[in-house]
Amino acid sequence: MSPIVSRGFRGRRDGAPNDRVPPGQYVTRDFPVLSAGPTPHRPLELWDFSIVGEVDEPRRWTWEEFRALPSEEVTVDIHCVTKWSKLDTVWQGVSVDTLLDGVETAAEYVVPFSDGGYTTNLPLEDVTGGKAWVAFAYDGEPLEPEHGGPARMLVPHLYFWKSAKWVRGLRLSAIDEPGFWEVNGYHNYGDPWQEQRYWGD
Amino acid sequence: MNWRVAEVVNVVPETPRVKTVAFDVPGWPGHRAGQHVDVRLTAEDGYQAQRSYSIASVPDGTRVELTVERLEDGEVSPYLTDGLRPGDRIELRGPVGGYFVWEPSQGGPLLLVAGGSGVVPLMAMIRARAVAGSDIDARLLFSSRSWEEVIYRGELERLGGGGLTVVHTLTRSQPPGWAGYARRVDAEMLVEVGPSPSRLPGVYVCGPTPFVEAVAEALVELGHEPHRVRTERFGPTGGE
Repeated sequence: MSPIVSRGFRGRRDGAPNDRVPPGQYVTRDFPVLSAGPTPHRPLELWDFSIVGEVDEPRRWTWEEFRALPSEEVTVDIHCVTKWSKLDTVWQGVSVDTLLDGVETAAEYVVPFSDGGYTTNLPLEDVTGGKAWVAFAYDGEPLEPEHGGPARMLVPHLYFWKSAKWVRGLRLSAIDEPGFWEVNGYHNYGDPWQEQRYWGD
Repeated sequence: MNWRVAEVVNVVPETPRVKTVAFDVPGWPGHRAGQHVDVRLTAEDGYQAQRSYSIASVPDGTRVELTVERLEDGEVSPYLTDGLRPGDRIELRGPVGGYFVWEPSQGGPLLLVAGGSGVVPLMAMIRARAVAGSDIDARLLFSSRSWEEVIYRGELERLGGGGLTVVHTLTRSQPPGWAGYARRVDAEMLVEVGPSPSRLPGVYVCGPTPFVEAVAEALVELGHEPHRVRTERFGPTGGE
């Protein structure tokens, strides 16, 4: 169906470059918050991060151990399924490659799991090869709880619900297990450039 | 999910900044209270803008109502509130969302906490309850800036009673003789409005991000189980 022209609508046109803003998105300077329930507040001394599931041997880091891992500063554009995109966001985090270094697995999928019970699902190849991080700082400051602190996933090439807030670990799996939003009407993969927002997109 | 043509049936003012736009959407598959739609506007030259809006109405054939707050710096909301007239056509698709939803069959009790235009998806739940003839214990705690800015004020008055309690708090200004709450929602207010956490109410909170953060945190501290507290937030631009 060709689009219906809305009489008299001109639009604001933010001048954002088309090659950086996926279809249906608009650029915001704010950092809106989207989550399905109350914000968990996990004290750092009770925080750990683990790699579990289909692995030769589970791994676990305390907050101190996690922060002692090599980390990277990354500048990326992020795209929320609720339509906003934010360009040139600056994060610091540990690459998932670092966390999976030396882990033996035949898994093809990964489920980040979080305080509060949130989960999301991704193909393992979408979090390896320099494509994903466990981020603990935003704009040079420790990550605020409402934005997912102490640590959240950062998978900027997919819609931002895949970047699980309050993440506590990765469960590797041989089968694809749809997560929280994926069973509630949202697309299983979530590529913003294909506009894969909802079931059937 | 396909885009559908939506033709404006009428536009009704709710408050100085808020209007309800009723659309006729041929082929509309129906929806559940709390779900939203994506709206797409297209300019003459093909430029497009999309936003998401909660559905205000209960399922009623091909009729879909959206209640929209005009944001002064918004790209889409001023067009929807002030640019549309009956017969105009836009596009929408949906319904979307399977978590922030409630149906009478889910039972109660129910605690709804709204900040400003965050009342819209909660009103869909209240209307669904009324249409079903349900007497489920439902309480709406509704924070508005002033009496003039209370969305759905008359309808909420009419629907109150029969198990539905509506409690307003007016945070910026109050009419002469106002005896109700006149402050932001806090823990004490949530205790007074109830129902108590021990009755395991389903809790739905919708409003601006700082409002939802504060209310959800207070609810958890009062003993509501986090997984029973469902939230929907909108930021300054994120929820336009």
